[in-house]
Amino acid sequence: MARLNKETLVDWYRQMVLTREFEETCYQLYTEKRITGVYLHLYSGQEALGTGAIGNMEIGKDHIITAYRDHGIGLMLGMDPKVLMAEMMGRVDGSSGGKGGSMHLASRKLNFWGGYAIVGGHLPLAAGIGLEAQYNETGAFVVSFVGDGASNNGYFHESLNLAGVWDLPVIWIIVNNGFGMGTATDRAAGNVNLHERALSYGIKDMGRVDGQDVMAVYEKVNEAAQHVWSGKGSVLIEAITYRYRGHGVSDKQYDTAFAEELAEWKENKDPIVLFRRHLEDKYKDISGELDDIHEKQKEIVAEAVEFAENSPFPDTEEQLYANVYVE
Amino acid sequence: MATKNLPMREALRQALLEEMRRDERVFVMGEEVGQWQGTHRVTRGFIEEFGEKRVRDTPISEMVIGGAAVGAAMAGLRPVAEFMTINFAFLALDALINHAAKIHYMFDGMFKVPAVFRAATGWGDQATATHSHMPEPIFAHFPGMYVGSPSNSADAYGMLKASIRDENPVLFTESIGLYGRPGPMPEDESGDYVLPIGKGNVVQEGTDVSIFTYARGVEWAKQAARTLSKDGVSVEIVDLRWLRPLDTDIIFESFKKTNRAVIVEESLPMYSFGSELAAQIQENCFDYMDAPIKRVSAADVPLPYSKYLELMALPDEDKVVSAVKEII
Repeated sequence: MARLNKETLVDWYRQMVLTREFEETCYQLYTEKRITGVYLHLYSGQEALGTGAIGNMEIGKDHIITAYRDHGIGLMLGMDPKVLMAEMMGRVDGSSGGKGGSMHLASRKLNFWGGYAIVGGHLPLAAGIGLEAQYNETGAFVVSFVGDGASNNGYFHESLNLAGVWDLPVIWIIVNNGFGMGTATDRAAGNVNLHERALSYGIKDMGRVDGQDVMAVYEKVNEAAQHVWSGKGSVLIEAITYRYRGHGVSDKQYDTAFAEELAEWKENKDPIVLFRRHLEDKYKDISGELDDIHEKQKEIVAEAVEFAENSPFPDTEEQLYANVYVE
Repeated sequence: MATKNLPMREALRQALLEEMRRDERVFVMGEEVGQWQGTHRVTRGFIEEFGEKRVRDTPISEMVIGGAAVGAAMAGLRPVAEFMTINFAFLALDALINHAAKIHYMFDGMFKVPAVFRAATGWGDQATATHSHMPEPIFAHFPGMYVGSPSNSADAYGMLKASIRDENPVLFTESIGLYGRPGPMPEDESGDYVLPIGKGNVVQEGTDVSIFTYARGVEWAKQAARTLSKDGVSVEIVDLRWLRPLDTDIIFESFKKTNRAVIVEESLPMYSFGSELAAQIQENCFDYMDAPIKRVSAADVPLPYSKYLELMALPDEDKVVSAVKEII
C-alpha cells in the first residue's frame, strides 16, 4: 500500500496530468490522422479513478484488468508512454507490437492483464485471475474496472456471482460515467444504484464513491482491499465519474447533445483541478512544483509521439503470422 | 503384453486423473464435475481425491466457465473446464473465440492461455435440435485455439494428455456415443503417452479410396470398409483426430495414393470439415483426382426428435458405402 506522504501525492498528480496530456494528444493525433485506428476511447475526466485505485496496489503483485478505455491505466501503472504511443500508432515498438492497438494495452510485468473490447468480456478473466491468486495463496487481489454498460450484460452477472460463490479476491469497480456508449444509465438499468447489485451475489456492497476525488477513491479501494485481505471475498464499488471525449473520439454527436452537462463537469468536477486544490491547501508553496509537472508531462508526451512516429510499422509475413500459437 | 480395454470415458478419466496427480496447477471446473461425479462420469471420484480446491463445481454459467478458465490460465494455472455438452458452449462463444483463441496474438505473445475446454459432442439419442450438434468446425474456424475429438480410448487418453500439457488453448470434444465404447489402451503405461497435437492417424491402409473422418465417423468408416471389402474395394481410413491444426500432410499423402476421397462428418454440410478438406485436396492434389470428392454429412436440418426422422438425418455405414460406390 502506498504511503500517503507528499511524494506519493505529487506522484499521483503526475500520473493524472500525464494521462490527460497523453489523451488530449491522442485526440489531436486522431483528428490529424496520425493515429489511424477507428476506435479511440479516452480517459480524460476519469483520471482520479485509476490513480486512486492503483494507489492501493503493490505493482507487479496485485492484478488489474479493464475495458477498452485503458490508456490511463497503463500510464498510471508506469508503462512507458513511448511504448503506449507506439501501440496507438500500430508500430513495432508498441506494447503489443502493433497488434493490439488502443483497446488492447497490457503489461505482463506489471500484472496489467489488458484492456478488452468486448463489453464485459474481461470480467470472467478477472474472476479467473483472482482464482489463481486464491489457488496459489499469493495474497494478491485483482482490481477489475467494469463499465456501467457492462454491468447490464450477462458476463457481469455470471462473473460477480462466481466471485461470490468462490470468495474470489476481486475488487469490482463500476465506472459509472453516465453512459453505456450513447445510452444513459437510467435508460439501461432497472435499478440505477448499480452498486446494490452486490446484494444479489453475496459480495460486499461498498456503495458509491466520488470518482472525481482521488483521495476518496483511494480510501474506498483501501477499505475494499482490507475486506479482500481478510479473506471475506469480493466487493463491489460504484464510482461516479464522467467522460470528456464521448464514448469514442469519433462520436461527435455526444459533444453537442450533452454540451451543458459536460461543461458543468469540467467546470466544477475536474479531477485534476480538484486534486490540485487539495494539494495546494495541504502544502504551501507547491504551485510551482505542480506547474513544472505539467510542463514535464508535455515534454514526455511529445517525446513519446516522436518515438512512435519513428518506430517502423510491422509489415512482414513473419510478423503477421507470429504468435498465433505458442510454438 | 496384453493391453487393457477401457471405455472411452474411463480412458479420459485416467488421463485427467494422472495429469492432476502430475501437475498441481491442473484443476477441473464446470457444472456437476464434483459432487455429482461428472455428468458423463469422467470426473468420477475426483472430488474425493483432490478436494473442492481442484475440483470446482460451478453455477450454470457457461460464459464465466469459459472466461474464468481463460483468466486462470493466463495467470499460470492449467484449467480443464468442462462444458456439459457442446450445445451449452455456444453460450461461451465469446470467451472461447474472442478471448481464449485471440489473446496470445492480440498481445503479441505477452500472455498465453493453456486452458482445455472439454465438451461432450454429437448427434442422436433423440436429444432433439438444441441438444444435437457436432459443431467443431465453428470453433476450428478461428486461429489461436486447437480443436480435437478422439475416435477411441487410446487416442482419447493420449490426446487429452497432450491438450493439458500444451501451452495453447484446446477445445476437446468427446462424442457422447463413444463414451461407453470399450477399446484397447496404449501399451505405454508410463503415464507419458502423449499424442502429438495436429497429427492424424491412418486407421486402415487401402488403395482404392480414402475416407477422411474423425470421432464417431471412424466407426462408420470401418463398418463401411468391411462391407466394401466383400466387393473387392480396398478402403483407406484416415482419422484426422484434430480439426486444427489440420494434418494436411496425411490427407494429401493418402489421396495421392488412392486418388479418390469420401469425407465423413457427423456435423452439418455447409462450411464444414468436409468443405474444408475438399477444398484443400483440390487445391493441392488436382492432378491426382480421378473422381469427384464425396461428402457424407448430417442432413442440413435442425435435428428432429422422432426416431425415424432422426436416423434419416444422421450419417451411417450405409450412407458411407453408397458414397464410396458412387465414385469407384
